[in-house]
Amino acid sequence: MMRRLKPFFTFGLLMAVFMLSGCSDMIVLDPKGPVGAEQRDLIMYSIWFMLFILLVVYALTAFIVYKYRDRKNHKGYDPDNEGSHLLETIWWIIPIIIVIALSIPTVKSIYSLEGPPEESKDQKPLVIHATSVNWKWVFSYPEQDIETVNYLHIPEDRPVLFKLTSADSMASFWVPQLGGQKYAMAGMETELYLQADEQGTYEGRNSNFTGEGFTNHTFDVMAMSDAEFDKWASETKADAPELSKGQYDKLMLPGHVKQMTFSSTHLDWVDHAKNPEYALDARERLGYEEKLPHSKAGKEEKKKREEEMKKLEESESHGDSHAH
Amino acid sequence: MKWDEFFVTGDPMIYGADVSIVLTMVGILFYLTKYKKWKWLWDEWLTTVDHKKLGIMYIVSAVLMLFRGGVDALLMRTQLAVPEAKFLDSQHYNEIFTTHGTIMIIFMAMPFLIGLINVVVPLQIGARDVAYPYLNAVSFWTFFIGAMLFNISFVIGGSPSAGWTSYMPLASNELSPGPGQNYYLLGLQIAGIGTLLTGINFLVTILKMRAPGMTLFRMPMFTWSSLVTMVIIIFAFPILTVALALMTFDRLFGSHFFTLQGAGMDMLWANLFWLWGHPEVYIVILPAFGMFSEIISTFSRKTLFGYKAMIWSMLLIAGYSFLVWVHHFFTMGSGALVNSVFSITTMAIGIPTGVKIFNWLFTMYRGKIQFTTPMLWSLGFIVNFVIGGVTGVMLAMAAADYQYHNTYFLVSHFHYVLIAGTVFACFAGLIYWYPKMFGYKLNERIGKWVFWVFTIGFNVCFFPQYFLGLDGMPRRVYTYSEESGWGPLNMVSTIGGFMMGIAFLILVYNMYYSFRYAKRETTGDAWDGRTLEWSTPTAMPPFYNFAKIPEVTGLDHFWRQKQAGKVEKLKAEDIKPIHMPSNSGVPFIMASFFFVAGFGMVFEWMWMAIFGIIGVFGTLFYRSFEYDDGYYVSVEEVIETEKISK
Repeated sequence: MMRRLKPFFTFGLLMAVFMLSGCSDMIVLDPKGPVGAEQRDLIMYSIWFMLFILLVVYALTAFIVYKYRDRKNHKGYDPDNEGSHLLETIWWIIPIIIVIALSIPTVKSIYSLEGPPEESKDQKPLVIHATSVNWKWVFSYPEQDIETVNYLHIPEDRPVLFKLTSADSMASFWVPQLGGQKYAMAGMETELYLQADEQGTYEGRNSNFTGEGFTNHTFDVMAMSDAEFDKWASETKADAPELSKGQYDKLMLPGHVKQMTFSSTHLDWVDHAKNPEYALDARERLGYEEKLPHSKAGKEEKKKREEEMKKLEESESHGDSHAH
Repeated sequence: MKWDEFFVTGDPMIYGADVSIVLTMVGILFYLTKYKKWKWLWDEWLTTVDHKKLGIMYIVSAVLMLFRGGVDALLMRTQLAVPEAKFLDSQHYNEIFTTHGTIMIIFMAMPFLIGLINVVVPLQIGARDVAYPYLNAVSFWTFFIGAMLFNISFVIGGSPSAGWTSYMPLASNELSPGPGQNYYLLGLQIAGIGTLLTGINFLVTILKMRAPGMTLFRMPMFTWSSLVTMVIIIFAFPILTVALALMTFDRLFGSHFFTLQGAGMDMLWANLFWLWGHPEVYIVILPAFGMFSEIISTFSRKTLFGYKAMIWSMLLIAGYSFLVWVHHFFTMGSGALVNSVFSITTMAIGIPTGVKIFNWLFTMYRGKIQFTTPMLWSLGFIVNFVIGGVTGVMLAMAAADYQYHNTYFLVSHFHYVLIAGTVFACFAGLIYWYPKMFGYKLNERIGKWVFWVFTIGFNVCFFPQYFLGLDGMPRRVYTYSEESGWGPLNMVSTIGGFMMGIAFLILVYNMYYSFRYAKRETTGDAWDGRTLEWSTPTAMPPFYNFAKIPEVTGLDHFWRQKQAGKVEKLKAEDIKPIHMPSNSGVPFIMASFFFVAGFGMVFEWMWMAIFGIIGVFGTLFYRSFEYDDGYYVSVEEVIETEKISK
């Protein structure tokens, strides 16, 4: 019998080793800021509880299955044993205690993540509007009056308040190493505080499915010192071209673009949180129409769209020099 | 409309599918004609109102859908096996994961379970049929037609590609034009009618048709779980019906419930979807729990431990299932209070579920455990489902969920609960009740191969995905870069996926092998069972189930009778004429009209849709003037069927 159960045990053991050794490499468990760190701590706290539960259930299963397997000289058979109030009370109460033990830190974290991180509470957060458009990210710095596409610069050790919205599909703004995500929706504005404690480039992405270009709906976050950030912002303001309404409308077309930089923001004329129809109207103005993906027209449209975006990028090659 | 908009073109895989569909159809038509099976097909199957036959048809359809959804899964896993693979393009991948999710939940898991419920529940409660046999046929055919409508999308018009959750505004006309999303809406809508009718039918059946003496607290656990499931269906499915109808209006008739324009609320869709979608999870898990209770108790040769606690925990789970839907979008910025409340209610679901796990374990305690294949699947369920359960609690912690949301951590979690819960139960239940349906057991040795290959493959496939999630891999991406470092674990995962595919093939081989070579059952009690379905004297119960309705004196009535050596022999003088309902072709014809209506709406050909709807109402009208009250089975025929010697 033992032989028959062996795969179960070997497997469990393997998995445990796998899990404990692999943890430090996972980016969610290797945060570079206080928000991510808080979430990592909560995750690790829950993992210990879960491993304990698994251990108890597996040990009990192994014991019972081994001891009460059908065999010659089987002992202890009691076909009418149908319950025990004591035992059942125990396993109503223990999970309740575990749920309470998990609920308290969870609720604390939920509340604390609504505001800026504890360690930098007294600092004024940098406000950045992040707008998702199929399949690019537009970042507006209202205070600096600059706008970037598909990348952003942030100062380290200072909370950043992201005001999230979308021009079309529902997206999710996520920079795993800085902290958890939140949805960006047209006609709404959600807020997310993140902070980087280490300089470096972090990958961010949309993690909520938005159709064909979803996989590459990504951006880079560059965390730098305060001085560097200020220098970058003022240089951008001085050198980068202004964003025209026409250019912005073209950004509303579905497709990817590379990184871009502008010395003004679209917030001057549209707030997608208040005007969810803007992108659709822009597409109409430009004579764009979504075609059936499988039809000949759809395939041609797709090719045309890719060329269009390439042209847009070329006309903006100036902006590119500011990306890094 | 042009041809290139009607048929999906330009993809060799799709041409292959076209050819195989046509060949299969020709093959079936040829077979039916050559062996003169048309009449048999019509009389025995298409017009049947026998719950056992309908159950078998449900299961056959579900197995076919498992194959379709499984092929989808393997295509996805192939694409993801290595970084930057070019096997599928983005659009194709999106269509495949959308249909995979929809098919597995709506057209595989639910019909599989409903099929087993159809076969077993009337027998378990000692009834001759369900409360509304004709309605039962309508349920099956609307489900079947809905499934077929959804399935043809990949060769005609193009599949939906907005994910099985179909979040707006992505699923709107502006961002997902064409028939794909309409297929989703209409396929689910038509199948949903069938599910809701099943909910009503079995609720009434279980409440009103139980054999004398079977009080609610003497019902077998599977019947109990079915009852609770039907209640959830009755409350949840109308929400889906309304949500789908609203989105259909948005897409076909220009309304603005969820759209970007006209003050539509995209979040409203998400709320409605999950208000149905979360209870749906329990619709597919509670019957599974019921089956495991039966199987574990049977093969431990012991009464279920904590019968009443099992029922109360199930009722609690059912209640909770309606109170937790927001955990599907903790990241939607609903605020700290809302997230806290839904965090705690979600974690609380773990409590009754945990209680059930311990009760199953203690059912085996002091038992005499036999390692039959259904029992192996049940043990595998306990061991694997717990992993899904504990990670579910982790996901319930909203502050941590901000990091897991929409990642492979989530993908792994729900496959651990749905496969280790529902799919294991479908296999366990199928093998357990196979002799009831077909009169012979599936081969045990091959069955064990299926179990081990599938279970190991399942873990190899999904366990690495927890780590991929923690490493930041989002769900639904069609490819990833070399630098992401996700390559090796994805390769492992793909290997596991193919192992599950191989296990499925062995299962199909087992069906063939057992059909050819398995020893035929001579009594109805193939496993030395405990509940009434095993008490029929013939291996497969006749169409009227019980020649004489049993009288129940307590839980596990049949088992206790056997223990006491008091199993009653059927005597000729006990037999009275049995009233049974007549077969009817109307449900099948009505469903065909549903197909016409649905197909017309998918392509927005309103003349066709209206014709179909008129047909549906026509069949309803016809039925309301049909005065067929069924017929009586004569005493002689019963005596003959039951082989009673005078």
